[in-house]
Amino acid sequence: DLDFPGGKVGITSQMRFISETNGRRVECYRVLGDDGELLKNPPMQVGEVLAVKMYENMVALQVMDTIFYEAQRQGRISFYLTTMGEEAINIASAAALSADDVIFPQYREPGLLLWRGFTLQEFANQCFGNKADNGKGRQMPIHYGSNKLNYVTVSSTVATQLLHAVGAAYSLKMDNKNACTITYFGDGGTSTGDFHAALNFAAVLEAPVIFFCRNNGWAISTPISDQLRGDGVVVRGQAYGIESIRVDGNDALAIYNAVHEARRIAISEKRPILIEALTYRAGHHSTSDDSTKYRPLEEIEWWRKTRDPVPRFRKWIDGNGWWNDHRDLELRSSVRKQLLQAIQVAENLDKPPVADLFTDVYDVLPPNLQEQERLLRKTITEHRKDYPTNIPV
Amino acid sequence: MMGIMRQKVASGSFSQPLQRIRPAILGLRSYSSSGKQMMVRDAINSAIDEEMGADPKVFLMGEEVGEYQGAYKITKGLLDKYGPNRVIDTPITEAGFTGISVGAAFHGLKPIVEFMTFNFAMQAIDHIINSAAKTCYMSAGQITVPIVFRGPNGAAAGVGAQHSQASIYVMYVLTSDLPLNFWQCYAPWYGSCPGLKVLTPYSAEDARGLLKAAIRDPDPVVFLENEILYGESFPISDEVVDPNFTIPIGKAKIEREGKDVTITAFSKMVGFSLKAAEILEKEGISAEVINLRSIRPLDRALINDSVRKTSRLITVEEGFPQHGVGAEICTSVIEDSFDYLDAPIERIAGADVPMPYAPNLEKMALPQIEDIVCAAKRACYRAVPVAAAA
Repeated sequence: DLDFPGGKVGITSQMRFISETNGRRVECYRVLGDDGELLKNPPMQVGEVLAVKMYENMVALQVMDTIFYEAQRQGRISFYLTTMGEEAINIASAAALSADDVIFPQYREPGLLLWRGFTLQEFANQCFGNKADNGKGRQMPIHYGSNKLNYVTVSSTVATQLLHAVGAAYSLKMDNKNACTITYFGDGGTSTGDFHAALNFAAVLEAPVIFFCRNNGWAISTPISDQLRGDGVVVRGQAYGIESIRVDGNDALAIYNAVHEARRIAISEKRPILIEALTYRAGHHSTSDDSTKYRPLEEIEWWRKTRDPVPRFRKWIDGNGWWNDHRDLELRSSVRKQLLQAIQVAENLDKPPVADLFTDVYDVLPPNLQEQERLLRKTITEHRKDYPTNIPV
Repeated sequence: MMGIMRQKVASGSFSQPLQRIRPAILGLRSYSSSGKQMMVRDAINSAIDEEMGADPKVFLMGEEVGEYQGAYKITKGLLDKYGPNRVIDTPITEAGFTGISVGAAFHGLKPIVEFMTFNFAMQAIDHIINSAAKTCYMSAGQITVPIVFRGPNGAAAGVGAQHSQASIYVMYVLTSDLPLNFWQCYAPWYGSCPGLKVLTPYSAEDARGLLKAAIRDPDPVVFLENEILYGESFPISDEVVDPNFTIPIGKAKIEREGKDVTITAFSKMVGFSLKAAEILEKEGISAEVINLRSIRPLDRALINDSVRKTSRLITVEEGFPQHGVGAEICTSVIEDSFDYLDAPIERIAGADVPMPYAPNLEKMALPQIEDIVCAAKRACYRAVPVAAAA
């Protein structure tokens, strides 16, 4: 063996380039079959109470998406982005985490916030940007955040949150906390420099962070084949010295188990883990997008009909005798009612007050902002009729 | 980035950068008076050291800050004292360690991020602006980002003979190995961004007091140092040495009182302006020199008070003229004190070109003491105004 910086390496007289693939693609971890049948008992069993809660949250997420999407189409909110097809990723990973774990989301993970107790009213308040919005009306719809629930405010910049998650994980490690961070991103996000920097730094700093890639095949209109080469995202972990796993992103039990184990390793062994969940973005990228322009309608329909993660999970809990049609109808109708009510309340609330324009730029309002605020109030007072009445001055 | 430099160190010669000695820099020595002195390098080092000692949440991160003790030896001794968990040598990705530091700040730590130079910070500007500066506002105050981004900013020319051997070595690494063309002043860049505070120390007192204030501040602070000033010594009082010493952020300092013309400057240009004021004094012009100290918030009140007294204003900066710090100061004076002006305001700034390499071109690209003197004379009607001469 030869000694080089970084360790000993063996020698060979045979010149051989390493292949760009391992011959066959990395397998996808599955617990549930297409018909909701248990393929094999997983290490972490999910009991009735937890399973029902997971299903109820997936349904709530579906209904929320449907209603907010319609509200956007009716022009009542400016923008929306659904989680369709990725409900299992959202809810099952949320269920496997503990409340102290800090979430650094991209934007297609509101289910984690829902799981942690963000109310339908709070979601509606944010989307409508009213005075009850805990984001003070400063960001467009779906950019949720909650300090209390350890869900870091969504930022539209793609993949910057990966590095933040590494930094926060390092902070958790320094404080010897029994917690990790988890960060979500899409397949498109893996092309950013931040993805590579984050994986490299996390490995070097030995930070307890879970990188969760939702590989849903599409970055807006860019298919995965135009996004990257090689066997997807999972194989990238090894090059950075990171343990990695590929899971079926439409299999709630597989995701639950993978995240549960990833969390255990990250915290007990103080190191990062990469999870690649294979799934399909069954909705459009956002309300600014019509994905039938660049992918066949049949493809979308096929995924919705045969691979949807929610019915698959439903079949499993049905089979266990934990759920039935009656409860299903009741749940969907109840969530729908709550949401319609929440939207009505959110819509009728006043908009954020004038003061909210200026606070939080700095810890303390600097003189120039004090001056701007004073002038704005003066102008509004002098020209009251030109300003909307639903903005408290 | 360091990788490139190191390669050159191995193969290059040490003699070349020493030819670029600038007499103007040597002149700064004359400001050292008797009594206690401190080098700016030591002022920064002691400020970091004391704040790390006082608050376990403060940590330092950057390329070569640990084992190598900083490309400019600013972080000397800190790794030994605080260990590798708090003085972190990072892989080479500005965007990477900046993003990580921002994440650590989200979660309650107080990172000090060292950029080998602010030119490299361009790779990380997404995290400085979009992640650090805006998150408090975007999260509606739920997340604060107590972080300091620091490092040398602006042109790096001129290695004075009085510098220590160590500093000649490190300056060699940076000044001679990198194309200078991307060296520039970033004060206007960060100064235009709400959510950031931007500080530009000149003296040892500034460096200590402002850096300690920056580390304690709950908002993100961009701390723009100057490579040439690292090796300069300044007189300091006992108060400055006190561990509790800080300088309020947002306040400028009158470095020299005068009544005929106001000169605003920051960083290295404060020294140039003081030198110019000495020359002007011999010609009977009393110049007031304002050391801005803080680019954002800008001390509009102090600048305008001075202009109302002198009725004349020259702004000095190494950065580009268009949309520069001088342009902002001009506007603030026009808005607040227009009627007090007795002469057109003049901006002294770097030439509107990327930094050239050849010493003669480089000298022409940067403001010189003579430029300040001439501008002040024009403002005081002792020379023909530029507009009239054209």
